[in-house]
Amino acid sequence: MAEHNEHAGHEHGAPTGFIRKYIFSLDHKVIGLQYYFLALASVFIGMLLSLLMRIHLIWPTAHIPLMGEIKPEMYLTLLTMHGTFMVFFVLTTAPQSGFGNYFLPIQIGAPDMAFPVLNMLSFWTTFVAFLVMIAAFFVEGGAPLHGWTGYAPLSAIPSAGPGETLGADLWIISIAIFCIASLMGALNFITTILDLRCKGMSLMRMPLTCWAWFITAILGLLAFGVLLSAGILLLADRNLGTSFFVPGGLVVNGTQIQHKGGSPLLWQHLFWFFGHPEVYIAILPGMGVASQLLSTFSRKPIFGYKAMVYAIVGIGVLGFFVWGHHMFMSGMSPYSAFAFSLMTMAIGVPSAIKTFNWLGTIWRGRVQFDSPMLFAVGFVSLFVSGGLSGPFLAQPLLDIYLHDTFFVVAHFHLIMGVAAIFGIFAATYYWFPKMFGRMMNEPMAQAHFWLTLIGTYAIFMPMHYEGMAARPRRYSQLTEVAWLQHLMPVEKFVTYAAFITIAAQFIFVFNLFWSMFKGQRATDNPWHSTTLEWTTATPPVHDNFGCKTPVVYHGPYEYSVPGAPNDYVMQTDPTPHGGHVPKEDKPLEAE
Amino acid sequence: MSTMPATFELDKKHGGGGPTLPPRRGGGGGESRSSSDGTPDFRDRLQRYRLGVCVGLIGVSMVFIGLTSAYVVRQGASTIDPNTGFYSNDWRPMTLPVAALGLNTALLLLSSIALELSRRSLKRQYAVAEAVGEGQAPAPPWLAVSVVLGIGFLVGQVFVWNQLRAHGVYISTNPSSSFFYILTVLHAIHLAGGMAALLYAEGTELLHRSVAKRLLVVDVTSIYWHFMAVLWVYIFVLLQFVK
Repeated sequence: MAEHNEHAGHEHGAPTGFIRKYIFSLDHKVIGLQYYFLALASVFIGMLLSLLMRIHLIWPTAHIPLMGEIKPEMYLTLLTMHGTFMVFFVLTTAPQSGFGNYFLPIQIGAPDMAFPVLNMLSFWTTFVAFLVMIAAFFVEGGAPLHGWTGYAPLSAIPSAGPGETLGADLWIISIAIFCIASLMGALNFITTILDLRCKGMSLMRMPLTCWAWFITAILGLLAFGVLLSAGILLLADRNLGTSFFVPGGLVVNGTQIQHKGGSPLLWQHLFWFFGHPEVYIAILPGMGVASQLLSTFSRKPIFGYKAMVYAIVGIGVLGFFVWGHHMFMSGMSPYSAFAFSLMTMAIGVPSAIKTFNWLGTIWRGRVQFDSPMLFAVGFVSLFVSGGLSGPFLAQPLLDIYLHDTFFVVAHFHLIMGVAAIFGIFAATYYWFPKMFGRMMNEPMAQAHFWLTLIGTYAIFMPMHYEGMAARPRRYSQLTEVAWLQHLMPVEKFVTYAAFITIAAQFIFVFNLFWSMFKGQRATDNPWHSTTLEWTTATPPVHDNFGCKTPVVYHGPYEYSVPGAPNDYVMQTDPTPHGGHVPKEDKPLEAE
Repeated sequence: MSTMPATFELDKKHGGGGPTLPPRRGGGGGESRSSSDGTPDFRDRLQRYRLGVCVGLIGVSMVFIGLTSAYVVRQGASTIDPNTGFYSNDWRPMTLPVAALGLNTALLLLSSIALELSRRSLKRQYAVAEAVGEGQAPAPPWLAVSVVLGIGFLVGQVFVWNQLRAHGVYISTNPSSSFFYILTVLHAIHLAGGMAALLYAEGTELLHRSVAKRLLVVDVTSIYWHFMAVLWVYIFVLLQFVK
């Protein structure tokens, strides 16, 4: 490995005590794992809540242990907290803060993040946000029921329902704390990428994972501030008697509200200005991982590296101009709706470029279907399946019919939820050997993949048809509704599929912890990848490269290089063809 | 005599970034200078911290941009008046205590100027220390002046809030007053964060820390502080003229 014989410039030494090593650690790798395990805990909370919803939808009077019968307001609470945990504490946390923290510095040849103390603060602030959110379950009235989007005036009026008192306050406070943590994280990511790349690691030599984390961090920096401002106004409406979002003349539960003049649509604008970029905050890191893996496991360079970079940037930029498509139902001007519709459909262009390039990458490659690759291909499949319903919803006329139906639930779960989760799985199976020094069990991984892929499609594809059949979303009990009776078998099928898919996740968790201790020992570069993390010890040492910084000579996807003895060239390889100097490149004899 | 070419070009279809040798120096972060104890060089640290603060200020800006858009939208929003049943706009322009706020503005701008003088003075001290070593005569107390003026601004803001409350203008009185309190209090909270950094810088001076360390803190804080001064002027103009 080519390296630079200078100090790595590491600002903190290796910790020795347990607390500094594993709890209040400044090491980006430990912090990345902390984020990862926080997301793992959150995803199980989110899954449990979704399972309760699915049970309630087909057996509305079922008696749930410790909970009893799920009442309609409890259903809304489950819906709210499922969305909240999944969007904020899983989809925002694991792909960006988890894997990004662990691998971004290594992939750009840095000893750590730019601001290690801020990094630690960022995690613990997120953890506080998590605790505050959990606390909302246990206060009087329970957790809120205003949906993960926190629509006003429901979210702004404490008397609007159980959970809208202290539970809703805690929800808003938790989200505000999460915003602050995310802003700190975004600051750190951007500074690290701009300032800590090693010699030779030009922007256009960065792995696409780093590009994805970079653009995601910029999206976070620009979006979370706006959500924070909206949260502050909402808290003021609830506790200080202001009227930002609550209109006048509102009667809630038989009582006229004293607020006047506020605009519920103002909340929606502020929320969705954050909310739509949030979709890309969740999915972009998955795109980066898919790109990395499709190239590695096809043993081919990524097809159109620059186009992939520009597509990531394009998606990021366009993502800020489309928030209105979440509000076609709100009675906005048709001219505004047309503009938002046009911009939304324009996002299809960079998305199609990415999909085309992914297919181009695996086309005629020597594809190896190891578990990381399976999940990367699964990611592309889900991205396409979920993405294809996007242009339908981007058109106001169609959206007005479909918006409040299960069609939308199917759409965003496929493209934002499960696709991003597949990105997390792909990254886990790919980087596990580097993180823990052992391989994950492959048969278990394959079983996990097929059960999850089939289960996911079994859950969400039927929801499209339910939506087209006008089955509304957000309603707790529709089992007695005559015109939806013909959909009940489909509902039952979806719930059974959810049972099986959730059960399959225990295979993953078992594999994860079992492999940490019992898995086959991994070599430093088991997948024959080219990027910098595969040049380090396994697991990487405290400062990643052992007091030296690497020097980069190549792009990140040098696979099937003609003449290269190993078919690939590491980024740090100083020779042009991976140690093999072809005849024509040999120095000529002196004449 | 023919020698090995200085650069090799791989087939462009391989790899994403263009595998040209040698690597572009500095193109990828460049060389990191370090001191003997392994910590990054002062200039590297300064560059990194400056970059970090500037990026962080973009995030802060987005909070206030969000509030500004809410300010404009809420100002034009009209809803049904429960008493009359007609659409009406309940926004009533607020009369600001311009004199007191103007004085506060002056204090903050002077504080910003004093901090800039302190930064420049420290920069000169650092240059001298680099050349002949530390131990020269102490710099003028511009940092202390900046801290005092900054505290003056915060105290002045509390005075303005109390004055308004004494006149019956509370946060819930009208949407215009709601925005006034939210914008000014949020700005004050941000400024208090800057004040904590300034007090830390003052502490490093009192504890006779190295000029480099003091300059690092003061330089980075000054970017934040100047931004807060400009942000305050923006908020003042918004509240005074966009009614």
